Amino acid sequence: MNRIKTLTAVAAAAVLLTTAGAAYAGKALDAIKERGFIKCGVSDGLPGFSYADEKGNYNGIDVDVCRAVAAAVFGDAAKVKFTPLTAKERLTALQSGEIDVLSRNTTWTSSRDSAQGLNFTGVTYYDGQGFLVNKKLGVKSAKQLDGATVCVQAGTTTELNLSDYFRANKMKLTPISYDKSDESAKSLEAGRCDVLTSDQSQLYAQRIKLAKPGDYIVLPEVISKEPLGPVVRHGDDEWFDIVKWALFVMVNAEEMGITSKNVEEMKKSANPDIKRLLGVEGDKGKDFGLANDWMAVVIKQVGNYGEVFNRNVGAGSDLKIERGLNALWNQGGLQYAPPVR
Amino acid sequence: MTTDHVPAKPPFWNNPQIRAVAFQVVALIATVAFGLYIFTNTQANLQRLGIASGFDFLSSPAGFDIIQSLVPYSAASSYGQVFLVALFNTLLVSALGIILATLLGFGIGVARLSKNWLIARLALVYIETFRNIPLLLQIFFWYFAVLRAMPSPRQSLNLGDAAFLNIRGLYLPAPQFEAGFGWVLATLGIAAILTTLLVRWARQRQMVTGQQFPVVSAGLALLIGLPLVTFWLTGSPLHWQLPELQGFNFRGGWVIIPEMASLLLALTIYTAAFIAEIVRAGIQAVSHGQTEASFSLGINSGKTLRLIILPQALRVIIPPLTNQYLNLTKNSSLAAAIGYPDLVSSFAGTVLNQTGQAIECIVITMAVYLSISLLISLLMNLYNRRVALVER
Repeated sequence: MNRIKTLTAVAAAAVLLTTAGAAYAGKALDAIKERGFIKCGVSDGLPGFSYADEKGNYNGIDVDVCRAVAAAVFGDAAKVKFTPLTAKERLTALQSGEIDVLSRNTTWTSSRDSAQGLNFTGVTYYDGQGFLVNKKLGVKSAKQLDGATVCVQAGTTTELNLSDYFRANKMKLTPISYDKSDESAKSLEAGRCDVLTSDQSQLYAQRIKLAKPGDYIVLPEVISKEPLGPVVRHGDDEWFDIVKWALFVMVNAEEMGITSKNVEEMKKSANPDIKRLLGVEGDKGKDFGLANDWMAVVIKQVGNYGEVFNRNVGAGSDLKIERGLNALWNQGGLQYAPPVR
Repeated sequence: MTTDHVPAKPPFWNNPQIRAVAFQVVALIATVAFGLYIFTNTQANLQRLGIASGFDFLSSPAGFDIIQSLVPYSAASSYGQVFLVALFNTLLVSALGIILATLLGFGIGVARLSKNWLIARLALVYIETFRNIPLLLQIFFWYFAVLRAMPSPRQSLNLGDAAFLNIRGLYLPAPQFEAGFGWVLATLGIAAILTTLLVRWARQRQMVTGQQFPVVSAGLALLIGLPLVTFWLTGSPLHWQLPELQGFNFRGGWVIIPEMASLLLALTIYTAAFIAEIVRAGIQAVSHGQTEASFSLGINSGKTLRLIILPQALRVIIPPLTNQYLNLTKNSSLAAAIGYPDLVSSFAGTVLNQTGQAIECIVITMAVYLSISLLISLLMNLYNRRVALVER
């Protein structure tokens, strides 16, 4: 301590600042609880995934994932603040702590999971990259796209897959990378590009935003694996666990037949699996540092995975996307959640 | 009653010299400490979050294509090559913008002072319109409103079967050089040297005898005539590769993409409005007596402007003109808004996102813009020193 006294006042202040910096490295979860709401990064306008309606309310699968996390932490699905982000901004926003969780149709890749300091918590939507073209071109397959001009969103895995696909098939590619998906869509309509490429779910979503959706078709080829899921930063395992399990709870609930409507009745069920999930038996809240019935609250306020899917992108929405890969594992799909035990 | 008041020696902290030094030392320590704090804090946070750092990523393969590159580039190239491609794209649009904006700006600036009422008013309207509309809006206007109205590739505007204009850009024939073209270039070099000598000789002769020599026509004859003769002698070693419609797009030839065109148009037109005002101010700063003196010597108005007014006006014009050049270069980063692959869009955008190494990418980009700006300042200062008033 004597040494510090001999230092100049400025140096002391610098030391204080440094320790302040170290204290910043605290638990994300504590900070969120203190703040009282979750900062969630979503897309800047993608029907079915995250889209603000006329009143400014966000809707979509990605949005509902954040609502589920809010319901888990605060018992109130409304305690979320959404931040719309472009594909280019999203990862930096999460790394820098501007948002707590990124739920923005982001593809799970090895480099994002490691070198970029991020953790993917699961897969909300199993997707694959496809092509949207004008019917007038008469193109039936992506293999016929040699020499085409392709609109793509900058800073995405899509951009990389596109180049890989054209290279592998020895086709000439002219890409135009826009920051916003809206700009890509506008360019496709104007004829600046022949093709728009993106995850297939996005293509359907973009198509209904075009002036004449009927003039455009999605080509049959799916050229990549795009598991889309929520992402958190490295450094807080408790927070990671909660975001991870908010999604697993919704998938498990669908498997057990628990919906937002019947959740109260289900609490009376004799099935021990259901009892554990709904917090009737055991204490699954304490392990997460949450309320005992947090899983039931998530289901009640947001719904199970099937409900969320149907309402946003499935049969109950404008997009009418089939469950396909996103059906439960016991119904021929890939959605599978570890047991609550 | 006299007491000797020997003033007590003031304490050292009241000594102005010591104070001045002390403040400097404190300021220095504070700056260094702040820098160190930022650096260590960043390092610690990067490590805590497990984010990779360092510049190794520059040599790993990029894996994406870029629509316009002046140097050879493919998806298999490295992030370092992406940097080069993006840098050249920024330099290209800035350099072209500076040249075009200067030409247009000088024209409009002179027109603004024209005695012709209509020309002067038109120049005024131009200036007031374009410098008062935000640049980003102008870029969007050219890109989304004007260039989007172009026809599709199949309905291209055919300019003499050699050039084609459509929504994908302006397709121009590309020159294909064959063996022997080197001779043509060599003759051009010789012609250039001869012209320089001719200009020097003509000037000297005019100084001594007062006789003028038709330098312009003789110089042009040399510069064009000599290479043409060699071109014919070596058997026309140059062919034009015409763009051809194949499948979706035109192939072959050169293409000016609409992203580049709209960015260049907007930058040129916007900056020219500012340059015009600078030129007007510079010309008006030259006393009217100079014009009158020149006229009374029988020098016509064109030569008066070129030989008397502009050289003096340049002294006033150059420093603010430098600022406009810097602005134009920095404004070129708005390219990101319309997908032109410049430094900000391709490197500080896509590469940053694909690698996740935000700090490195931003630091490199900032350093590049700083270097470009300092370089432009340096060149313009050198030029300014040449035209500046030499006081004796």
